[in-house]
Amino acid sequence: MRYLTDRKRAVGLGSAKSGVHHFWAMKLQSVALLLLIPLFVFTFGGILGAPYEDVVAYYARPFPAIVAALTLIVGFKHFSDGCQVLIEDYVHGTAQKITIILVTCLSYGAMATGLFAIAKLAL
Amino acid sequence: MADVNRGKRPLSPHLTIYRPQLTSMTSILTRITGNALIVAALMTVWWFLAAASSPEYFAFADAVVTSWFGDLVMFLSLWALWYHTLAGIRHLIWDNAMMLEIDAAEKLGWAVIGGSVALTIITAFII
Repeated sequence: MRYLTDRKRAVGLGSAKSGVHHFWAMKLQSVALLLLIPLFVFTFGGILGAPYEDVVAYYARPFPAIVAALTLIVGFKHFSDGCQVLIEDYVHGTAQKITIILVTCLSYGAMATGLFAIAKLAL
Repeated sequence: MADVNRGKRPLSPHLTIYRPQLTSMTSILTRITGNALIVAALMTVWWFLAAASSPEYFAFADAVVTSWFGDLVMFLSLWALWYHTLAGIRHLIWDNAMMLEIDAAEKLGWAVIGGSVALTIITAFII
């Protein structure tokens, strides 16, 4: 005979496991991206297709470089968190854990690569 | 009560039984656009890395990203980006328990579709 109350049975079994932390983090990222995405689209979009010298000179300026860096940080974290929810919906068991680990590695890898490139261009 | 009927509860009707609706279609499109943006994001990172590497490597990466295929991917991604952005605003509105009535939710759906197309065309003309 197991003495489990309704509450004891429910605690920890929600789909989120950690309350609203993941949800709230994605909301913060989405509001930040509302500002960053238009700034990035019009800075990056404007210089895409320009000659090498112009691109290097453009990203040596603080504003386009900082906008690009912030967009990569928040954007790839937003992708990582959002893709995790997609995986949790469609992939289960060990495959789910492995896929989430791979997507997280890809996100941080791409973020770090982009930040290194922007830093090198800017400095 | 804690021990009754576990695993034998009735399930709600599954996806396949519903008629496609604007709200469900615009919702799944939010997920598709958000995840598909990884392609343009990785292309962009590659372009930055090439610019930071050498003029020769930049010439190669830039030629790929601005080829007709690169342009197509970037143009479709631009739409996906605006669609996902507007759909995100829609979710921020819903999070405040506003505009959840069916007619209001459908208006938001059309606004996201129309707005994303309009923003894509405007952006393509500006940049």
